[in-house]
Amino acid sequence: MAEVETLLASVGVAGEDCDTLRAPKVLRGRARRQSFAAAFVENRMGVAGLGIVVTIAGFCFLGPLVYHSDQIHASIALTNLAPGAGHPLGTDANGFDILGRLMVGGQSALEISLAVALVATCFGVLWGAVSGFTGGVIDAIMMRIVDVVIAVPAIFLLIYLATVFRPTVPLLIVVLSLLSWLGPARLVRGETLSLRTREFVDAVRAAGGRSSRIVGRHIIPNALGTISVNATFQVADAIIILATLSFLGFGLPPPAVSWGGMLSQGTTYLLDGYWWEVYPAGLIVMVTVVAFNFIGDALRDTLDVRLRER
Amino acid sequence: MIGYTLRRLGQAVIVLLGLTVLVFLLEHIIPGSLARAILGPRASPGEIAAFDRVNGLDRPVVAQYLTFLSHVLHGNLGYSYRLNQSVDSLVVHELPNDLILVGIAICLALAIAVPLGVAQAARRNRAFDHVTTGASVLLYSMPAYWLGLLLIAGLAIGVHVFPPEAPQAASPAGVLADPRALVLPVITLTLVNVALFGRYMRSAAVDTLAQDYVRVARSKGLPARAVLLRHVLRNSLVPVVTLLGLSVPAVLTTGLVVEYVFNFPGLGLTYFNAAVNADYPVELGITVIVGVATVLGSLLADLAYAVLDPRVRYG
Repeated sequence: MAEVETLLASVGVAGEDCDTLRAPKVLRGRARRQSFAAAFVENRMGVAGLGIVVTIAGFCFLGPLVYHSDQIHASIALTNLAPGAGHPLGTDANGFDILGRLMVGGQSALEISLAVALVATCFGVLWGAVSGFTGGVIDAIMMRIVDVVIAVPAIFLLIYLATVFRPTVPLLIVVLSLLSWLGPARLVRGETLSLRTREFVDAVRAAGGRSSRIVGRHIIPNALGTISVNATFQVADAIIILATLSFLGFGLPPPAVSWGGMLSQGTTYLLDGYWWEVYPAGLIVMVTVVAFNFIGDALRDTLDVRLRER
Repeated sequence: MIGYTLRRLGQAVIVLLGLTVLVFLLEHIIPGSLARAILGPRASPGEIAAFDRVNGLDRPVVAQYLTFLSHVLHGNLGYSYRLNQSVDSLVVHELPNDLILVGIAICLALAIAVPLGVAQAARRNRAFDHVTTGASVLLYSMPAYWLGLLLIAGLAIGVHVFPPEAPQAASPAGVLADPRALVLPVITLTLVNVALFGRYMRSAAVDTLAQDYVRVARSKGLPARAVLLRHVLRNSLVPVVTLLGLSVPAVLTTGLVVEYVFNFPGLGLTYFNAAVNADYPVELGITVIVGVATVLGSLLADLAYAVLDPRVRYG
């Protein structure tokens, strides 16, 4: 999804149209936050997305406190049990409880994808802002570096790195971030190029403000709308790519649990009709990603109005 | 236009050089060494030294890079010791299969997504738009393999309409000779791309609909259908060229997953198998190809766009 955003932005097509043009007014501090919250709440899809994400996060992190299941010791006596008493969603080929496994698998998925979105966005924003603001040769060099890394689709690099190194949570965060900062960098550079010619930047310069102040206090805050929308889509993308990686068998090694890994193992039994080993894992990945995409869409619509308000 | 083309070509050459540096670095981050990775843990120091000498790995890094670069430029992408075959012959062998799969899927996706996007824009914020937009959000929120699995479960296991496995012939002719087996992988790849292209087409068409010439066409009494076909569709098609060029990495990524799910004999599956067997030369060789395809895609997209839309050249 972040990919789609970058695609759209790169050819100058507005992500979404906005019908409502409101009278310009300047809001600050709490009033500004309240107006944002009020506008976001109006967007039903966004609220639904937020609700789903909170529910899934609660399910993954608080669920295991209430619903205890052993996800470490395999049990031959419990293999491939259909959903029933004691195991609401049945068990898998190693006798692990599926419901409990979904919770544990979600923890790493959410932790990694949120961390990746945060790290990649921060780094990409700095890179793009510095590149766009400095301009000239430095801009050209910095952007060519982005072009080079973006040239190799992330999944190919990830699979290669997973064969060379043993994947761990910190390593996955670092590598995924290294591959995800490029979109935000391009996006923010574009914003910076248009922002740096604006009067308020000239005003800061005339008042004797240094470049670091212009970038940190004026350019980045003004691009915050675009940045936060992109960051939300980054989370969705990271969840998909993580699930794909573990589905292909290059994710966290056992005993770590992952949604993609569960799905991959479950497909072995697709012909046997053990549906509970396939569909819950696939559904939860999809629902989580849809939810983050809804939030991103809603954020963009909400901030779009705010951009016009300014 | 010549100036723009030259500038853009220069950029592409720099990026391609950067790509070779990146792949060269990837080869050198292998823990231990490439020799150890290929010869295995039991290789003696003498054998390792001999391998390094034969492959020039005992020379300075810069000299090694220049040799690597010259090899790549000559189409020599390395040698797979596991398959006992050169990577370039592997690529030449597999690439046509990929072109068949991706080519059919892209054409179908465009044939569906272009009219769909225009129809969505024309009926914006009405039931049709909401339903199709919702469906496309759902589609691109699905990992491609999940979509593939659902299709297998439904159309191959549920009702036995199509085989769950892609054609297993190694040659392009063989792949084409088994069209029924090609259906599910093609549908999967098509649907994912319809979601991607359709969203984009909708935005482009919405933008076009807001243009003054559309208002003029309407106000001079042109029927709505003619406005859509003659003005909106044609003008929204221009950015599709860009879209095609820029979607190369996304298509390759989905391609890899689809090939894995359906066991389709293409570069993606070869990459996967190489990764499972830690066959680094094959992985790196295919990475070069994939990277070059991406760079060329975006180059062609930019050039085509500059030809079709002169404003770009002077921007």
